Amino acid sequence: MSRTYILRRVLIAIPSLLGISLVLYTVLALAPGDPFGELVTNPNVPPEVRIALREKFGLDDPVWIRYVRWLSAMLQGDWGFSFVSRMDVDDLILQRLPTTVAVIGAAQLLAITVAIPIGVLAATRPYSVFDQIANTLAFVGFSLPTFFTGLLLILIFSVQLDWLPFVYRSDVQATGWKWWWEQFRQSIMPVTVLGLFQGAALVRYVRSSVLDVIKLDYVTTARSKGIGEPKVITKHVVRNALIPVVTLVALQLPVVFGGAIVTEQIFRIPGIGSLLISAILANDTPVIMGVTFVFSCLVVAFNLIADIVYGWLDPRIAFR
Amino acid sequence: MAGSTPASLSVDSATGAALTDRPARSTSLGGEAWRRFRKHRLAVVSMVVLLLIIAAIGLGPFVWKVPINDIDFGAKLRGPSLTHPFGTDDLGQDVLARMIYGGRISLAVGLAAMFVALIVGVMIGAIAGMASGRVDAALMWMTDLFLSLPQLPLLLLVIYLFRDALKSMFGVEMGVFVLIVLVIGGLRWMPVARLVRAQFLSLREKEFVEAARALGASRIRLVIRHILPNAMGPVIVAGTIDVAAAIIAESTLSFLGLGFPPDVPTWGRVLFDAKDYLDIAPHWALFPGALIFLTVLSINFIGDGLRDALDPRRVL
Repeated sequence: MSRTYILRRVLIAIPSLLGISLVLYTVLALAPGDPFGELVTNPNVPPEVRIALREKFGLDDPVWIRYVRWLSAMLQGDWGFSFVSRMDVDDLILQRLPTTVAVIGAAQLLAITVAIPIGVLAATRPYSVFDQIANTLAFVGFSLPTFFTGLLLILIFSVQLDWLPFVYRSDVQATGWKWWWEQFRQSIMPVTVLGLFQGAALVRYVRSSVLDVIKLDYVTTARSKGIGEPKVITKHVVRNALIPVVTLVALQLPVVFGGAIVTEQIFRIPGIGSLLISAILANDTPVIMGVTFVFSCLVVAFNLIADIVYGWLDPRIAFR
Repeated sequence: MAGSTPASLSVDSATGAALTDRPARSTSLGGEAWRRFRKHRLAVVSMVVLLLIIAAIGLGPFVWKVPINDIDFGAKLRGPSLTHPFGTDDLGQDVLARMIYGGRISLAVGLAAMFVALIVGVMIGAIAGMASGRVDAALMWMTDLFLSLPQLPLLLLVIYLFRDALKSMFGVEMGVFVLIVLVIGGLRWMPVARLVRAQFLSLREKEFVEAARALGASRIRLVIRHILPNAMGPVIVAGTIDVAAAIIAESTLSFLGLGFPPDVPTWGRVLFDAKDYLDIAPHWALFPGALIFLTVLSINFIGDGLRDALDPRRVL
């Protein structure tokens, strides 16, 4: 893969990041309410002070100047101060981000390891009993909203059976293997909820992608050369069928983040999703903007990674 | 499209012979689609289930006349019984009555958001597909941009910022309804726009469109009379699935406590209230959850059946 391909992809990612920041800022600018609205009603603040403050923070400048100023502040890492948590927004988010990334990553892994074998098996026997069961279960899987599966799992495994803890704790008091074991136990349910929801959608993509490939001539050639069926499927079919799946995994990410927010809220995982919800409930605007911006950056970053991996898997793309 | 070749050939050779070739029973376009839809057994079952749910929430208030906010602390958190078939919540309110009421809102949100998404998507897709060139590129760039926005965080952000303004404009319930519908619809038009554009790009080069253009049809007439009706199949399928997605989105918002206010018992909101009583009153959470699941599942299956029925090229 050529270096120019990667460079081109990075250059395409920059305008989309700018576009997203523009959308975010437009939403913020259109919103009614004034950051100094409180000062208007406060009788202790004379109007001259209010006007001076507005001038100092440049609130009466044209919109686009304010946008540029906001964006350059965001890019320099100056994300504002959370009045609720009494700390800088970027520190707050950095504290919470690893947990979210770990949970989402584990869930994606689970989704991929479940979806690929099932999808491939279903596609190699189209319209068989297995295919129909897999298809029906996939429909059930992505029709079950994450908040309901989460509650169901808590009801079964925490309330009824008392096997797993239903609150995720960041301060596990243990060391060594015990610590890993506790982490594992408390992550099972959130990762399962998120992973199965993802996996259900993925099964259908894998299936249709394998079906597209399996009829191609080179697969027939491989078969007629006498290569065994398992080898034909794993080496010739699956490798090529997974190429579009990579893009789909990346395109699904915005949905995954939605699911992650809900899961974090149900299991009280201290990630950026639950930070977002608590910030909204506490009217903590800098944190809300920061978290939304981080989510957008993650989406753009993963799209970029998918593009690059795509070019690596399928060299034809890189030459176009 | 594949079936059109032999039909037109026989029409060319002799009109009389062509008539005898055809099956005796003439099938309309809708009849043909219905025949294909019926083959999808799960879709038919889902349609029955969905119609039952719609009938229950539509006719429910006339049969089940218990008010939704009748507080009775003597009967709080009771399991299902004859007086309260779905049990009661922590204030002793009847869960069945609340389910019926909430179902109306959930379905209304789903349908309204779907229409918003379809209208925006069809407009943008049609403009991009007809204009081509720079306008097309700009619109598609915007579509891709919206596709890569993180939906739920943005949804929460918009609702956080605009809730109070719309509440004062339309009143509490209506304000939240308008906001949720507009935002969910406004974040769901992208797949529709892409579908419509792709359809337009291929349809506008077809002979029948060329013929209409040669007869002097205006651009608007071409779009509305000739191209759009032929592009509607995939759009209807996408719209069906959008209803399910919008219902989930609304329930998610309500479940996070950021959707409808507490006195409007949408299914997600009831689930949100019930989640802290899972150990003592599991029925309270199970009924709304199961209803959301059943509704969404049947809509998704119907969408799948409609895809088979309206978009025959995608059938394997």
